[in-house]
Amino acid sequence: MSTERKGDVTGRSITDVDLSSEKFKNRLFYGLLLAASSFGVVMLVFLFADIFYEAAIGQREFGIELGRFLGNTGSQTPANAGFYSAIIASVWLMALTVVFILFLGISTALYLVEYAPDNRTTRLIEANLANLAGVPSVVYGILILALVVNGAGLGSVILAGAFALSALVVPIVIVASIESIRAVPDGMRDGSAATGATKWQTIRRVVLPQSLPGIMTGTILALARAVGETAPLLMVGALFTDTSVPGGPFDSFSSMPVQIYNWTFLPQREFLALAAMGIIVLLVVLLLMQAVAVYIRRKYERDVSLTGV
Amino acid sequence: MSTETQGPDLSGDELQGDRATDRNIKRLLFGCASITVLTTIALFLVLFDNAAGYFYGARIWEVLIGQESFRQTVSFSEFFTGTRWAPVRAPPAHGVLPIVWGTIVITVGAAFISLPIGTATALYLSEYAKPQNRNRLKPILEVLAGIPTIVYGFFAISFVTPIFVSAVGALFGISVGRYSMMGGWIVVGTMTIPMVSSISEDAMKAVPDDLRNGAYALGATKYEVSLRIVLPAALSGILASYILAISRAIGETMAVSLAAGYQPQLTANPFEEIMTMTAYMVSLARGTSAVGSVEYQSLFAVGLVLFVMTLTANLFNDYLKRRFQEVYR
Amino acid sequence: MSTQENSQKLISTEVQVDERTHDGSADTVVSAADLSVYYGDDQALSDVSVDIPEKRVTAIIGPSGCGKSTFLRSINRMNDRISMCRVEGRLQFNGKNVYDDDVDPVALRRRIGQVFQSPNPFPKSIYDNVAYGLRVQGKADDVDLDKEVERALKQAALWDEVKDKLDSFGLDLSGGQQQRLCIARAIAPDPEVVLMDEPTSALDPVAASKIEDLIEDLAETYTVIIVTHNMQQAARISDKTAVFLTGGELVEFDDTATIFEDPDDQRVEDYITGKFG
Repeated sequence: MSTERKGDVTGRSITDVDLSSEKFKNRLFYGLLLAASSFGVVMLVFLFADIFYEAAIGQREFGIELGRFLGNTGSQTPANAGFYSAIIASVWLMALTVVFILFLGISTALYLVEYAPDNRTTRLIEANLANLAGVPSVVYGILILALVVNGAGLGSVILAGAFALSALVVPIVIVASIESIRAVPDGMRDGSAATGATKWQTIRRVVLPQSLPGIMTGTILALARAVGETAPLLMVGALFTDTSVPGGPFDSFSSMPVQIYNWTFLPQREFLALAAMGIIVLLVVLLLMQAVAVYIRRKYERDVSLTGV
Repeated sequence: MSTETQGPDLSGDELQGDRATDRNIKRLLFGCASITVLTTIALFLVLFDNAAGYFYGARIWEVLIGQESFRQTVSFSEFFTGTRWAPVRAPPAHGVLPIVWGTIVITVGAAFISLPIGTATALYLSEYAKPQNRNRLKPILEVLAGIPTIVYGFFAISFVTPIFVSAVGALFGISVGRYSMMGGWIVVGTMTIPMVSSISEDAMKAVPDDLRNGAYALGATKYEVSLRIVLPAALSGILASYILAISRAIGETMAVSLAAGYQPQLTANPFEEIMTMTAYMVSLARGTSAVGSVEYQSLFAVGLVLFVMTLTANLFNDYLKRRFQEVYR
Repeated sequence: MSTQENSQKLISTEVQVDERTHDGSADTVVSAADLSVYYGDDQALSDVSVDIPEKRVTAIIGPSGCGKSTFLRSINRMNDRISMCRVEGRLQFNGKNVYDDDVDPVALRRRIGQVFQSPNPFPKSIYDNVAYGLRVQGKADDVDLDKEVERALKQAALWDEVKDKLDSFGLDLSGGQQQRLCIARAIAPDPEVVLMDEPTSALDPVAASKIEDLIEDLAETYTVIIVTHNMQQAARISDKTAVFLTGGELVEFDDTATIFEDPDDQRVEDYITGKFG
């Protein structure tokens, strides 16, 4: 800086004093930022340590075995309690949710990108998307409670749970689909139209195949959000402890997070250990979903680089 | 229009099937797109309809078909000014203030954690962090954001309240129970840090380097550039992230109910149990509330208040986002 | 390339041109009458009238922004895809105004193919790229698809280079090969007219000259209308040349030799000799 040019001894000593206070402020500020940034890291470490600690206590002191935990259905007695019916319920919920959100997500995005005229209706739909994404999950729960569980008289069944989860996460799929459909170069659409394809032929044969990887990534991320959701399922009447294994969309159900909530809520320490085991299973599932999403994104990026002619 | 018969036939009669497909597909897609709007409309209708049952003893549609008539069951003045919330006890009390207070106090307390820490993290990531540190911190924040809220609830009940809050309480000679307001602050604050940091970082990265270079050329230090140039320039984006985090905290359910508890009371003591609006809704899921009962309808009255609060936050966020985009695009 | 070479090339082309244009007059395939095109409030074409002959190469030249691409896109109604676009006047294809109400642009485009400025093959195999038009037009079942793909690739002078790797990705080809693949894709459904919008501007000179050679051969089967900013290219490969100048005005249309040797309009001469544009 300019101070180096000064040959004058007294001048330099004055600037040195100024700079050292500046340097101190800079270092203090940097330290503060670093401390704040490590807060999240520290909390995450505590969180994982806590989960594994409780799970270890469960294994050592209460004799909870992983095999029995994964194989047994829910039970009021900690020694017999397992996660199996909750896992199966979550699988059912995901299977139904993925159908709803893929269909609704792709259709809505295709309409908005490929068909929608630039008018007020379109802008209303787009603005509404942002609003829907911000509605608390518990509110979607009571919406489905009123409309589907009681209104349509379906009762507290897996299908109703899937509706609530779909309503919650479909904006994620729509936004991801819009982005990846917009990313298809217009040259592709022009090339197809000029070859005599109708609009739908262009979409089905050119636009959709190219945007599918992005849509899939968005869908998996949405499912990862849905699989960890508890509140909407509680509202539509998920069972806290399911002693039977659900066999179809019209069965009553629990789910992994709902079962974890119940165990966490109960006062006995054994149940806390069971909750910790359940959390580990849930986190492993989430990790796998994330890995698949990353894998698809990597592959997709390669394709994009090839398309970027 | 044209009656000429000369020239080739370009009417595309052979395309009639394709044209019909195109039309039907367009209708189908429009139908799907409008479902998102219908969801919003349904949200309003369902919430208002059932809330009417709570306040006036009859659903709107029941009145419309002449089956029932409105008669005030819960007055708005009691609902909005009453200080006791016990709609299902005898005698019932319908003052929503305690659980609105619960939501506000948790949201504000959590904001005191997530807003400064999230902003500082964003500043570190955008202005200070070396690429390798950045690449290490970002995934950790993503994990923090991706962890289900129920796991934070477990964390509160098994660690934050019994270990940390109890220790702080012991300093003041207060014994802390299973649930505490402070536990709610900590878990909700922690889980909303990534929202603040990632959106604020995007806003800070969008600040043109010319602005920074201009300040450096005048002899400003990095700290001055961060605070006097980057922060003000990214302000609307940072504010948007704050609104989003606050809206998320208002609607947060599982972590907050397991951390702060189920006791509606107007207290400012951070070591006491309180109840948020969402915790009230979850607490009803434990019982079996019959359709049409006061209990059932109160769910929607509270849901409506919650929905209006988050909607206001989201609309404000929308406004900020649009302003932000205008500045840099 | 030196100026001298240029002029020699010009002269040699002109001899060819003379041969080809005077051996009998050709039928008109595309004809515009007082055609005006607007994008919103901006007029891109202004009262264009022209008759484009069958099985010839017609070049459209002019400075950038003169509306030459707009004219090309108005022939197969690709302009319809731009929401702000409005068309006045007539554009006839084999005597039929393509802007009549009873014309389906998709049916029109099945008889008029197009090749774009930068190669835009689909991220599919070479075979699927060429077969695309036949498939979407519902012709795939009526013809021997393999044979038609081979025919189109041969006409596009690409067959020898790709015949052993028809299943490989179209995007793995070089830029020039990709553009010839796009030509094969455009001609596979056997259209009457092939529109080309500066098809060589994104290519290196060697790849460009291959495509130029190919265009002259294509004119034996198809009517080729090519927009180019390269005057030498127009002189080399076209039989007829239309000169558009700023404002979307068609200033002169004549045999290519006439345009380059002895244009009527002073502005065209200025443009050709580089004084303008």
